Amino acid sequence: MAGVTLNTVRKTYQGGVDAVKGVSFDVPDGAFCVLVGPSGCGKSTLLRMVAGLERITSGDIAIGDRIVNEIEPADRDIAMVFQNYALYPHMSVYDNIAYGLKNRKTPKDEIDRRVREAAKILAIEPLLDRKPRQLSGGQRQRVAMGRAIVRKPQVFLFDEPLSNLDAKLRVQMRVEIKKLQKTFGVTAIYVTHDQVEAMTMSDILVVMNAGEVEQIGTPTEIYRHPATRFVATFIGSPPMNLVPGTMQADGSVRVGEAHFRLPPHGFVPGRTVELGLRPEDIVIGGSDNAFDMKIEFVEELGATQLVYGRLDGAQLIVQVPSGSVTGAGGTVRLGIAADRLHVFDPATGRRAV
Amino acid sequence: MDKRTAFNNRWLPLLLLLPQLVITLVFFYWPASQAVWSSFRIEDAFGTSTEFVGLENYQVLFSTPAYYQAMVTTLIFSTAVTVFSLSIALLLAVMADREIKGAGVYRTLLIWPYAVAPAIAGVLWYFMFQPSLGMVARGLRGMGYDWNPLLNGNQAMVLVIVAATWKQISYNFLFFLAGLQAIPKSLIESAAIDGARPARRFWTIVFPLLSPTAFFLLVVNVVYVFFDTFGIIDAVTGGGPAKATTTLVYKVFADGRLGGDLGGSAAQSVILMFIVIALTAVQFRYVERRVNY
Repeated sequence: MAGVTLNTVRKTYQGGVDAVKGVSFDVPDGAFCVLVGPSGCGKSTLLRMVAGLERITSGDIAIGDRIVNEIEPADRDIAMVFQNYALYPHMSVYDNIAYGLKNRKTPKDEIDRRVREAAKILAIEPLLDRKPRQLSGGQRQRVAMGRAIVRKPQVFLFDEPLSNLDAKLRVQMRVEIKKLQKTFGVTAIYVTHDQVEAMTMSDILVVMNAGEVEQIGTPTEIYRHPATRFVATFIGSPPMNLVPGTMQADGSVRVGEAHFRLPPHGFVPGRTVELGLRPEDIVIGGSDNAFDMKIEFVEELGATQLVYGRLDGAQLIVQVPSGSVTGAGGTVRLGIAADRLHVFDPATGRRAV
Repeated sequence: MDKRTAFNNRWLPLLLLLPQLVITLVFFYWPASQAVWSSFRIEDAFGTSTEFVGLENYQVLFSTPAYYQAMVTTLIFSTAVTVFSLSIALLLAVMADREIKGAGVYRTLLIWPYAVAPAIAGVLWYFMFQPSLGMVARGLRGMGYDWNPLLNGNQAMVLVIVAATWKQISYNFLFFLAGLQAIPKSLIESAAIDGARPARRFWTIVFPLLSPTAFFLLVVNVVYVFFDTFGIIDAVTGGGPAKATTTLVYKVFADGRLGGDLGGSAAQSVILMFIVIALTAVQFRYVERRVNY
């Protein structure tokens, strides 16, 4: 078993495109690390560099105590699950799973034992003689997992493995992958653009944007204390509301007519800021930081409803239990707890308080 | 796979098929039936009358040692050309498939020879290896090698094999390259992570996935060496020396056109036709089954 350490890893493609701009972080042994970010943020490139499929322009990647910069993918003791599963179409499921072991000259009876064991764990025993084209998407996904676990590698790498599955299967496989990883205790790095996968699966969440790490932390930390405006709006659905405001001498932020009282630190009266309010943190009729909002539009989600309105001209979305509000047109009194407010510097996008 | 379309009108499907049917009938079945018909007849020396002789043309053919000689020549020629053109093309395609600078130029250059007409290609090779004028021939002689394909049958055979192979490599290369590029990159990457070195990746992943292409090319190449190499042989050696490079298709031409034996020549082309049909059928029956996945 081994952790993964990245030290100022950089990737510049020919032509000067910086895909990854000096990324450093540690994934402790046995941890499940999720890299999340929008398309083109460099998360897949980073994963491929850990796998050895992409050369590192500068910096170091270590698996365990060993720097693997110049080591072939085959010798890094890793297993990877690809987005399109990359099953060998001319081989049976059995041979697909056995391929990595055969390449490592594992004795035949041991290969057989391990392949069957992996197939049993993933409940694909009846499929061992089939060819990949005879399998459904979910079954292919399982075979790809089987190919990864049968090798008992140091690190699992996942490149958006669930994005080709339908919504129901995705939830099911998400839970299974996480369980398997815990069972085996193998370090995992998982790339996704789906924030639900990111929040639910990760022990360590790395939010990336434009080739740089925006924030590293546990999912809860990142949700509760987003370090930047980007993280604040990327994690959470519906996204956090951002409204411009001004810091006041009395230790509050003024947004139009409304005042939001904040925990008293890092305060500069007169400073212009962006105030962040998560839709789910806003409550109806709250006494803390109360303000009025005219209801423009209501969306029913079943368990909850999304209420659309405006706060000093900026759009505000509020998520409240279903039945709290009836239709558009009226005014509703809302409130939010002081410790649920986020303040960002509009110029740098970083957290201000 | 069931992709049936139901037509309400029974004439429409026939009408849609008609152009293809007409082309097949006019350009294939009509000449083929003419050949079969002529193969049962003998023309007199002056071409004024013909006579029905049944299978006599075939009997004569199978009692001539020269015919068996042509078969052996064809076997050597076709095997050599097919094996060399397929393997060299595959090698070049694998090289060209890598990410290298100027890959576009390199690939275009490799495809060019296919645009050269067989007779021109033949003349080209003829001049290069012509014992008294050819550049390559002079070089070979300069190195002390007694090069004279005009007299030495084996050397003449080597020459036509090289010329015919050179001509076919581009075509095979094009298909192999397309085949290689159709293999998803993630399969190769996955195999690399699974611990397979480049050579093993090639033989266990790339080559099996390329085998449908290879099979298709095998069929096309066999048909090519049996029929389309006529131009090259005619231009390079004219079937000589001493019929050392007279293949079945060249013999059809030599006996019919030069020798004036239309009946015998027709019988040969009928046999040739059956050989190719049989070869293709065998390939489809036994080889294709192994290459499907």
